[in-house]
Amino acid sequence: MTDDTHDEGGISRRHALECMLWAGTGVLWGLSGGVPRSIGLLDGAAAAEALSGFTFLQISDSHVGFDKPANPHALDTLKEAIDRIKALPQKPAFMLHTGDITHLSKPDQFDNAAQLIDGAGVQVHYVPGEHDIVDEGTGKAYLERYGKNTKGSGWYSFDDHGVHFIGLVNVANLKAGGLGFLGQEQLEWLEDDLKPLKDSTPIVVFAHIPLWSVYPTWGWGTDDAAIALGYLKRFGSVTVLNGHIHQLMQKVEGNVTFHTARSTAFPQPAPGTAPSPGPMLVPAEKLRSVLGITSVTYTQGKEALAITDTALADR
Amino acid sequence: MSTLRLAAVAAFLLLSGTARAEDTAIEIENFTFNPPEVTVKPGTTVTWKNADDIPHSVVEDATKFRSKPLDTGETFSMTFTKAGEIGYFCGLHPHMKGKIIVKP
Repeated sequence: MTDDTHDEGGISRRHALECMLWAGTGVLWGLSGGVPRSIGLLDGAAAAEALSGFTFLQISDSHVGFDKPANPHALDTLKEAIDRIKALPQKPAFMLHTGDITHLSKPDQFDNAAQLIDGAGVQVHYVPGEHDIVDEGTGKAYLERYGKNTKGSGWYSFDDHGVHFIGLVNVANLKAGGLGFLGQEQLEWLEDDLKPLKDSTPIVVFAHIPLWSVYPTWGWGTDDAAIALGYLKRFGSVTVLNGHIHQLMQKVEGNVTFHTARSTAFPQPAPGTAPSPGPMLVPAEKLRSVLGITSVTYTQGKEALAITDTALADR
Repeated sequence: MSTLRLAAVAAFLLLSGTARAEDTAIEIENFTFNPPEVTVKPGTTVTWKNADDIPHSVVEDATKFRSKPLDTGETFSMTFTKAGEIGYFCGLHPHMKGKIIVKP
């Protein structure tokens, strides 16, 4: 464990995420010293110790309606994830859903997802994935449900416990040959949104597709993310939470910490390890371990990366 | 997708030097349009079929046409009447690109 040290210039900050224990069904985030850190859902003792009264969850890629061999019961695994959240000893302040709530933007898929997710009994802040805006109105169905108090294709910001949260949409108006895309209108909004904030305000950005170049060959990146990250440079603590790639990945670059969450529906292969990024078939008895098993403790610099497994199947 | 048919079309092209108004199939597999480029005669109906376990769509580069999301096994057809080049991509995975060349 290390703590976070900030210097005056804001360039060579040492960013350490303590106790980053991941559980594939969701990631519980605690805020310590202005730096969000994740805590394994199952590790109640660690959670209690690490939290300063403010926790939030991230779930992602529920793909409600998915019924292919990689997981014929995506609704069941989402339910298991929600049951775990309900069983948490300390209720999180809210949840972030980083998109692909549904598989095909169908009304019954949105309904089923909402019914289960709302069952957790905590407020949920959504951003859409590309699967959530393939209705005839290319996103109308999503906005009707989740677009209240949002701009454009569904972006917004809010503040909680002194942290500024920004939900971005990088799955709309995609361009031929491109990757994820934020677009001029959203970037201008972001610049304005950040203007009144002090450099010391902790920032959490969440969006579906990774905002860093994970693997462009598979479309895992966002074309104009660099502009958004440019606006975020002056802030001492920036955490970027994404989904889309159905696996854990993390990167620290300057003052920005990037993370991707696992899916609650099916895994996808590691970059370049398969002919395509399509759903990865694992033996049925292994599925829950793939979805719900990984916990990582990460500290930059001095201390070692530690991985703790907490298998969903063990419960 | 019938490779045989493609081979036949290719053979015909070699012999005649022009495309035939024969219906054409494009398979979407492993996040690629296969074949990524086809040359057809005006009046040809092109049918895309999604063979992946994830939905794809067919969107013209300037969104002049857009298919619904194609789930596994679903198809989308378009008939091309005018000569020209039509670039298209997948609306969910825009790095996936294809091209239809229509010429008499």
